[in-house]
Amino acid sequence: MTAPVPPDPTMTSAAARAEPTLAGQDFSVDTESLTGSDVIRNYLQRFQRGGDLGLFPALLALSLLTVLFGVLRPESFLSKFNFGNYFTQAAPICVLAMGVTFVLLLGEIDLGAGYSAGVCAAILASRLKADVPLPVALLMAFAAALVMGALVGFMVAKIGVPSFIVTLSTFLSWQGILLLITRDGGTIKIENKAIVAIENKNLSVGVGWTMFVVFAAGYIGFSLLRVLSRRRQNVATTPLSIVALKSAVLVIVGGIAVHQLSAKRGNNLRGVPIVVPLVIGLMIILSFVLGRTAWGRHLYAVGGNTEAARRAGINVARMKMSAFIVGSLMSCIAGIVLASRLNSVDPQTGGNDTLLIAIGAAVIGGTSLFGGRGRIVNAVLGGLVFALINNGLPLLKKIHGIDFSAAGPKFIVNGLILLLFASIDATSRRRAAAN
Amino acid sequence: MNQIKIHEASEVSRTNMSEPVIDNPGTRTPLLELRGVNKTFGAVQVLHGVDLTVYPGEVVALVGDNGAGKTTLVKSITGIYTADSGEFFFNGAPSHIKSPKDASDLGIEVVYQDLALCDNLDVVGNMFLGREKLRNGLLDEVAMERLARETLAGLNVRTVKTVRQQVSGLSGGQRQTVAIAKAVLWNSKLVILDEPTAALGVAQTSQVLRLVRELADQGLGVVLISHNMNDVLEVADRVACLYLGRMAAIVDAKTSSREQIVELITSGRSAGIGLAHAEHVQI
Repeated sequence: MTAPVPPDPTMTSAAARAEPTLAGQDFSVDTESLTGSDVIRNYLQRFQRGGDLGLFPALLALSLLTVLFGVLRPESFLSKFNFGNYFTQAAPICVLAMGVTFVLLLGEIDLGAGYSAGVCAAILASRLKADVPLPVALLMAFAAALVMGALVGFMVAKIGVPSFIVTLSTFLSWQGILLLITRDGGTIKIENKAIVAIENKNLSVGVGWTMFVVFAAGYIGFSLLRVLSRRRQNVATTPLSIVALKSAVLVIVGGIAVHQLSAKRGNNLRGVPIVVPLVIGLMIILSFVLGRTAWGRHLYAVGGNTEAARRAGINVARMKMSAFIVGSLMSCIAGIVLASRLNSVDPQTGGNDTLLIAIGAAVIGGTSLFGGRGRIVNAVLGGLVFALINNGLPLLKKIHGIDFSAAGPKFIVNGLILLLFASIDATSRRRAAAN
Repeated sequence: MNQIKIHEASEVSRTNMSEPVIDNPGTRTPLLELRGVNKTFGAVQVLHGVDLTVYPGEVVALVGDNGAGKTTLVKSITGIYTADSGEFFFNGAPSHIKSPKDASDLGIEVVYQDLALCDNLDVVGNMFLGREKLRNGLLDEVAMERLARETLAGLNVRTVKTVRQQVSGLSGGQRQTVAIAKAVLWNSKLVILDEPTAALGVAQTSQVLRLVRELADQGLGVVLISHNMNDVLEVADRVACLYLGRMAAIVDAKTSSREQIVELITSGRSAGIGLAHAEHVQI
């Protein structure tokens, strides 16, 4: 007397006496695979009817900004040196945005994430200065991140203080700790070669291309395996033509990037920056965790409907704790990247607009502040958009008397871009709701 | 898995005046049997010696006015509350349900009025929420997708076009369908539905009622809480009427009229059935 019985002949009679069927054939959509043109048509329909536009707005912004800056300042913006520089500028934003995404997915916020990056970086730097071996110093930085994340998670999940308030308080407190470690405004220089190399050294040309081949082959291989396995088990799947299209775009764009980075771009400077495979690796691992594990599924569930998640037996408090801890550990990595970029840690590391740009990056990529919606790749693309703006604007220098390399115009443009993206998303969703 | 004739049993109730009526178990073992369940909250006694039986393959409608004790009774069955006294049998065996987990281990599932679905997950994600199928530690999407589809197909659900659709895009009736399918996915034996048609239109109500009937036809016991007499008379085999915490009567839906049931709900007795001195019942 088990409840879910497979369809049997007696049940068709039950269906026959039933009311007229209201929709098409049983699950035809699930078993008949779409063709490539169907998928593209469905996607294009979303622009008319509204809905989740996915990565499109961020990709469009990247292309438009590249063209804009490229036309206005071809000699500086399009230089190979600037291209390499761009990736090292984008890396810390992308890493921090990935971490913040976990917290945003729950509908929570972490205002202290920027300064917790600073604190971790300062711990690392001060320990290295005190001649603590690198692995031990790293361990201490990550342990601090774990404690900070667990503390915020505990306050939010167990005590029930809204995350905005908790992290407003940690925003202040972490800043204070950072000041204490840097001894009221001092700068701790980092001389450890490995840490400095992350943002300042490049892979050799050979290793760069090998990495490219590994990532490309991995992507194509996994996509193909997934499609073939689903097809064999007779469930609907992405058409091969779409997989081929995505792979081709990725290989071409990635190939051009690696080719450009492999060319000599300065005094003895060539190759893919070391931080690039680090960011891509983190992106793959975290996407995998969110998309393919029960933990990731539960994170979306808690963000979507906390009560439903609780009734389904999910330990909501534990999910919140773990999301804040993961976010904090990512902050630590972002802090290390920031420290590497400047060769030093000071009271501004992870401060100023660092955190808000990271949250903005996640939002630009399509992550909702209300929880339940967003992906890791969105955060990375959003980070790339912000980095592109902040890379290109200073190169514009003076146009019609406005000095775009100054901080004022930079902040205004960043603010406007964020507003523009949020409006596009809201409009698209409103249209979807109306249909 | 065929439908069971249990209607004769409640004929007994028509002659039984003095106490809450239970039907004659006969040779069949009830899926769920409650005897003399009492429950008090502080000084207020909410349930007074309530008896209830549910057989496999039948829909028992649980009706009663606001405050009659429907919710308390259901929460006592599902382990959210523990009854003060009373006997509890599941499949003939004495059982002690102390937590919702005990209830779901026995095969009792509840579909709450507010459905408890995550809008941002698809149908599969919702049906398996908290009990995901894993392979090598990772989500086994294909297995879950297939099982979700089989379950929906087994319930003759034809209104959900794809199990990969986000729940936010579903209509009220489709959402109810998903919530019910989620409840039966786990080899459940008894499904309790709390006002499943309360927020639905005409066509969607009939979809959901058809699904409720289908559950019973497949051999599950169904308890349907409803305020809607049309729904109750259309789909239920028997109607259990609670009046101020007492089981006024359990009547046969086929031979009872709407007026009779409404009278049992509002005054505890109707033309010789029900509580002997309903007018003197104290809360």
